[in-house]
Amino acid sequence: MENLQKTPLYNKHIENGGKMVNFGGWALPVQYSSIIEEHQAVRERAGLFDVSHMGEIRLSGPGALALVQKAVTNDVSRLSPFQALYTPVCLPRGGVVDDILVYRLGPEEFLLVVNAATKDKDYAWFGQLAVEFSGVSVEDISSQTAQLALQGPRAAQILARLTSADLTSLRYYWVSPDVEVGGVKCMISRTGYTGEDGFELYCPAEEASRLWDEIMSAGEREGLLPCGLGARDTLRFEAAMPLYGHELSENITPLEAGLERFVSWEKDYFIGKEALLRQKKEGVKRRLVGFEMVDRGIPRQGYAIARDGQVIGEITSGTQSPTLGKALGMGYVPVEYAAINTQLEVIIRGRSSRAKVVPTPFYRRK
Amino acid sequence: MYPVDLKYSKDHEWIRVEGNRGTVGITFYAQESLGDVVYVDLPQVGDEVAAGESFGTVESVKSVSDLYAPVSGKVVEVNQEVIDHPDLINKDPYGDGWLIVVEMSDPGELDDLMDSKAYEEMVKES
Repeated sequence: MENLQKTPLYNKHIENGGKMVNFGGWALPVQYSSIIEEHQAVRERAGLFDVSHMGEIRLSGPGALALVQKAVTNDVSRLSPFQALYTPVCLPRGGVVDDILVYRLGPEEFLLVVNAATKDKDYAWFGQLAVEFSGVSVEDISSQTAQLALQGPRAAQILARLTSADLTSLRYYWVSPDVEVGGVKCMISRTGYTGEDGFELYCPAEEASRLWDEIMSAGEREGLLPCGLGARDTLRFEAAMPLYGHELSENITPLEAGLERFVSWEKDYFIGKEALLRQKKEGVKRRLVGFEMVDRGIPRQGYAIARDGQVIGEITSGTQSPTLGKALGMGYVPVEYAAINTQLEVIIRGRSSRAKVVPTPFYRRK
Repeated sequence: MYPVDLKYSKDHEWIRVEGNRGTVGITFYAQESLGDVVYVDLPQVGDEVAAGESFGTVESVKSVSDLYAPVSGKVVEVNQEVIDHPDLINKDPYGDGWLIVVEMSDPGELDDLMDSKAYEEMVKES
């Protein structure tokens, strides 16, 4: 673990018995007690995650709006200050560079929250685009910034004990930019990666431990649990939220991934628009589907998907779903096999096991 | 954590010997490293297993691991309970979480296994 990057909460994880793993070069807890218990805590009560490994890039100055509009597929111009959106960032040929959150913090000020594994690539990408927008500064503020995710049906109740900010009026994908939470200055965002209500809190790195402790003690009565990456993955998987490196890559387009609602065709221009328009016109050849095992067995990333003994695709994510108690997977198949109820086969250790296409998300909160 | 009446393999299986039969499971250390076990694949009664070779798999939420037979022989019993409730492996690895019973073809293979003390030492070093 010595050579790995550490978040400001590293010592906190060790103190709390987190089972540390190497996650893309970062030392992070995969679990504290049990992935299933932590998963259920988030579905039924609340869980707290350290997601400080995520990257934060700040774009500001005249031209920042035009730069972001050029780089992302979604329409950032419709954001009011303190509003956020989810968007793919594409290559000219339509493949996905990363999937990110864009926060608009002012007319010409944006915060991009990007994946840890792609942060350096994103920073270089935006830096390169900024050359033609001389008024824009591009700053990587990842190391100064900690991010905690408080997720679950009781998240709002817990957070309300620690802040005077009005959380009931804070809507999904909006932020409260300058509020105190347990005495720590934060930006609160009503967003998440679990399929539950919840918040993502951004604070200075040196305040992260204090914020963590404040939230944990405020949540004790509500059954708040510290959660690791294992539960983060099973939660996002049930909600069928894509994970870069699994459902998304430079060789997969947003249309294939089922993310067309985050592609704004009305925009005059964005990088990749031409390629995506062409793909839309011609029709995508493969599509991301969700499936459920009919036979016994757990589908896993990398396993082949077959039909009548012929390999037709590959699994991008799969696990035994803690909430639904079913073995579920996601993967890419040719469009002719993408319809609900289509019979598929999954090759598990050389054996063919039956599966069928089901609607996604697998789980939707009531 | 490592009962003295059992023998242990370097692959983290245990065996409880009664006559020419041995009951096989995975150790406390193995289940703890795996985390929540959600799936077990076991051979059928009558199948042959060989010492050091895979006889099935155990899967946690995040990972897949092979099960390695500590001895060779014929499978005479399979724990159906643990197939239906894989979490028994976490809850009671040396009791209700047992996996199979093997009729040993070469009890001399038991000499290659570790006693509780030697196994505990090995786990500590890893």
